Amino acid sequence: MGKVVLMQGNEACVEGAIAAGMRLYAGYPITPSTEIAEISALRLPQVGGTFIQMEDEIASIACAIGGSVAGTKSMTATSGPGFSLKQENLGYAALAEIPLVVVDVQRTGPSTGMPTSPSQGDMMMARWGTHGDHPVIALSPSSVEETYRLIIRAFNLSEKYRTPVLFMMDEIIGHLREGVTLPEEGSIEIEDRLTVRFPDPKRKAYEIKSGRFIPKMAPFGKGQRYNITGLMHDESGFPTNSPEVAEKLMSRLMHKISDHYDDIVQYEAVGMEDADVMIFCYGGTMRAAISAQEELRAQGKRCGIFRPITIWPFPERELRDFAPRLKKIVVAEHNYGQMVLEVERIAGKYCPVEFVGKYNGTVLTPQDIAKAVLGQEEGKEA
Amino acid sequence: MSVVSTGDVSEKTLQTSDLIYKYMRPEHLPQIWCPGCGNGTIMRDVVQAIDNLGLSRDKTVIVSGIGCSSRAAGYMDFDTIHTTHGRAIAFATGIKLANPELEVIVIAGDGDISAIGGNHLIHAARRNIGITVVVMNNNIYGMTGGQYSPTTPTGDYGTTAPYGNLDRSFDIAGLAYGAGASYAARGSVYHVRETIQLIQDGIRNIGFSIIDVASICPTYYGRKNKKGSAVDMLKWQKENAVTMEQAARMTDEQKKGKLIIGVLRQAQYPEFTYQYARLIARLAKEREE
Repeated sequence: MGKVVLMQGNEACVEGAIAAGMRLYAGYPITPSTEIAEISALRLPQVGGTFIQMEDEIASIACAIGGSVAGTKSMTATSGPGFSLKQENLGYAALAEIPLVVVDVQRTGPSTGMPTSPSQGDMMMARWGTHGDHPVIALSPSSVEETYRLIIRAFNLSEKYRTPVLFMMDEIIGHLREGVTLPEEGSIEIEDRLTVRFPDPKRKAYEIKSGRFIPKMAPFGKGQRYNITGLMHDESGFPTNSPEVAEKLMSRLMHKISDHYDDIVQYEAVGMEDADVMIFCYGGTMRAAISAQEELRAQGKRCGIFRPITIWPFPERELRDFAPRLKKIVVAEHNYGQMVLEVERIAGKYCPVEFVGKYNGTVLTPQDIAKAVLGQEEGKEA
Repeated sequence: MSVVSTGDVSEKTLQTSDLIYKYMRPEHLPQIWCPGCGNGTIMRDVVQAIDNLGLSRDKTVIVSGIGCSSRAAGYMDFDTIHTTHGRAIAFATGIKLANPELEVIVIAGDGDISAIGGNHLIHAARRNIGITVVVMNNNIYGMTGGQYSPTTPTGDYGTTAPYGNLDRSFDIAGLAYGAGASYAARGSVYHVRETIQLIQDGIRNIGFSIIDVASICPTYYGRKNKKGSAVDMLKWQKENAVTMEQAARMTDEQKKGKLIIGVLRQAQYPEFTYQYARLIARLAKEREE
């Protein structure tokens, strides 16, 4: 077993990112993600990496994309309003296929909202925030230790699929301090993007060889001399107006994620073996759900928890497998009802889907969740 | 100017073709700019400066934003990136940070660099990061069809200024100068040799450099403001240009309506990536001790 250390969620995010190979961080101060910038500023020059505080949120993601284009694993972190500002360039990275990790430590919105209060209000923005159709991978940790391990996975997925990965934290986890068992040195698996061994300008930069789902590209400065654009492009990387080429590109971008569902999607099921009621939650909400579930079990209720770790793509196959044998699903989240829409879409035809949420800056308590589970059950029995 | 063959193969034309085969992507030419547009000339000035300095094609990166100017990147045979509107400097900053050995050149338009991208311009200048920005300044939003830009002179017309522009206009080189750029200069499409020299000096400068080049847009700005043909607009540049040195001896009244070209500032300030490399080295040394 590795060393055990006390860490804050935001700190674990930086340390995990550095372990994953992050060597460029570009950011702008915003509560409650600021510690990610502060700790990056302290730690990156110690490991030969670069921290830069950019002039705004848009510049931060643009700078991180630039770093990645030149071959350095790059990250930016923000919270609600900043996440809104980053949306255009997120779409750029998705279309141009630039590996990148973007962290959103969610706070209560909309607008400036309640800057120091927890929220999970950006989950649908993570899916649809940037304009146009686009592929997306989003992950959400529910403990400090998972933050450390999952941010490594975020980098690995972004390298493997050449796509931005959204790391959807919330204030609960960002500011939580708890023990983290660090992985043994040398035990961390690191994935690096495919690069060209012999860069050649004659090679089509975005060509997809059979058996592959992403292009093999050299970082800038290696002699491949290719073009990157946010316009629809052909395999050479140059703009096109051809409907056939545009359709082929969009289809590949979507399929490179959906075809690898099994590799990307992760979830946690607690006590689901014999459960007839499911609490669906993710991120920091899991903390209250665990207590609620234990309490309900003690009362003899057959209650389980389903927690997506990968939020997008949504773990719909697994949820669909569980749903037919459930009497009810209670979706608990810190918003006015976002992922509940997805749960209803998948499971709604098999069992009732109830929602319990908080959107006033306070947190869901185990009692809130237990009451939602019991209340409806009692209602049904009566 | 860059691709036209007159039939009369002068020395100049030959030289231009050489530049095309050496530094451009001929398969993507001719470019999409309108007849008479100044952008092709500025693009040629950039590659001539690159050639004069003997920069490596493999270690030079061209970054552009969105707009007419942004199309330059795709025609040039380097690692090229056509980014989002206004953000070219921010993307370029990341590229330079990740690999300070690269020569990073941004080609941008006036709206791109001083309206939507104005914040990045002033902060890159303040930070003195070692990139070179060449502005194709045509006083109008050309790609979207002739709306007034931050460099459209007061009173001039655009499709969104049907009664004349009420805004005051930006002096982009002056703005960068005020923000602390270590090299700030202004050239023009007419003054090819001088502009090539300015771009060369800008690239050679270690810190942040900007060369604001007065372009011409006969299609939109010219037509809306009755400036005549492309040739007339070039003649205007020829007849109204004064050097910084001449301008220094002129009154404000005399300077009105003049195109002041030359170097606003050439100074040595610490460059950002160099400073950062020193920080990394210092921390490594402290750990050893």
